[in-house]
Amino acid sequence: MTEKKSLWTKIAFALAIAFFYLPIVYVIFFSFNSSRSLNNFTGFSLQWYQKMFENRTMMESIYYSTIIAVIATLVSTVIGTVAAIGLSKSRKLIKESVTQINNLSMMNPDIVTAIGLMLFYTSLHVEAGFGTLLLAHIIFCIPYVMLSVTPKLKQLDDNIAEAALDLGCTPFQALTKVIIPQIKEAIFSGALVAFTMSFDDFVISYFVTGPGVNNISTYVYSSVKRINPSVNALSTIIVLAITIILIIMNVVPMLKERKKKNEKIA
Amino acid sequence: MKGFRRLAYPYAIWAVIFVVVPMLLVLIYAFTTRGNSVLTFRFTLANFARFFSDKIFISVLLRSLKIALVTTIICILLGYPVAYAISRFSPNNQALCVLLVTIPMWINMLVRTYAWRGILLETGLSPEMKVYIGMVYNFLPFMILEVYTSLSKMDPNLSVAAADLGCNNRQVFTKVILPLSIPGVLSGITLVFLPAVSSFFIPKLLGGGSFVLIGNLIENYFVTTGDWNFGAAISLIMTIIILISMYFTRKFDYTEEERA
Repeated sequence: MTEKKSLWTKIAFALAIAFFYLPIVYVIFFSFNSSRSLNNFTGFSLQWYQKMFENRTMMESIYYSTIIAVIATLVSTVIGTVAAIGLSKSRKLIKESVTQINNLSMMNPDIVTAIGLMLFYTSLHVEAGFGTLLLAHIIFCIPYVMLSVTPKLKQLDDNIAEAALDLGCTPFQALTKVIIPQIKEAIFSGALVAFTMSFDDFVISYFVTGPGVNNISTYVYSSVKRINPSVNALSTIIVLAITIILIIMNVVPMLKERKKKNEKIA
Repeated sequence: MKGFRRLAYPYAIWAVIFVVVPMLLVLIYAFTTRGNSVLTFRFTLANFARFFSDKIFISVLLRSLKIALVTTIICILLGYPVAYAISRFSPNNQALCVLLVTIPMWINMLVRTYAWRGILLETGLSPEMKVYIGMVYNFLPFMILEVYTSLSKMDPNLSVAAADLGCNNRQVFTKVILPLSIPGVLSGITLVFLPAVSSFFIPKLLGGGSFVLIGNLIENYFVTTGDWNFGAAISLIMTIIILISMYFTRKFDYTEEERA
């Protein structure tokens, strides 16, 4: 009976994984195709990689996606952490209102947030471009950072920061030397969520970006009208980059742990 | 310590300016018509009247709801068994399985959906079927992860106790495990239904130009036609429908809790 049970669970899981990875494997395979076809493999070639590196708009889209994700992550992590710390000490009214606004921002369908920001920028006669795109990313990332940091803040013992102040810390020192080290991990995981949200965003970027500024998502969307196998090459590069990042993220903590153990033994 | 309070004020102002004001602008645009500047603001319901008096718009709305609903149901039917399967593995394997489900989500949605275009190119499937595949592919991981989280939080002793008290395997599942995992299913429903209703790149990439959902309608009125007021009204209608469906999902959640 248990034997049978463990078999069907394995099959169910294997099928799901096959479904999830099929398009990824497919894209990598066809990025080496020698013809333009998206479903007929005619031979091995690296021409689509060459074409990708020669395509300026495509390379720029990688650049914009990365630079925006990096800046948006840094800025939203700082603002979000500071705001979450302030909010944890605030009166109930302001705490609840800001939480509600953050929920609104996260639960709103992306397309509504997107057109809201688009209308906002046009009302102020701001020209759409890199700046509007970056600001939009910072705006939608902050609530996710706060969502990650706030629960951790609730667990903190207020007396520790209080003690630091009594012992002569300035409030700034209490913040950087006492509070932030205690919530370091939550800040890091918030930053990670912010980075993924920003790097993957399509809908909001599509509505708030200006001419000439494309991230990977908006580039792929715009190139969909004609068949462009270089997109497969681009996808393969992204898959590769993300796999490397994930491996580093999972291996580095493991090595650290091992090092700690070794030190203990020594 | 109370000094730290001041740190919240800049963000409170930021949130009002960059989150609340844009939402208010959507509202204002939805209730005005083109050519109305802020100074000569005149309230009108013309946009809504136009939407609800046109059969084409209504059919697009109904089609979007149907697609989102069917996608959600498929995600429950496929996602629940997979989540259940993961929760039966040994703890170490569970972590690995969750990682395997999560990894594809790290790769850009557009890129993954684009990949399906090639796969489905000459399959002869109808645009609608292709859109279903794209939607289920994109949103199924959310359902699996939500259901898995609620299943893994469950105390395994509960099933053991139920079995000791005379439940057979089927009863253990239907009377203990399933009811306790309903909250996970419900939050999964929210995470699938919501983006499925408003999605516009999946129908565009996989359904071809002729397959229009409400998201595409909004996109058209903002990007192509430039009738922002009407576009804002459509997105308001969509948001209200989403809010109503979320209200019922939550309410269902509460009644479940009361019963328990």
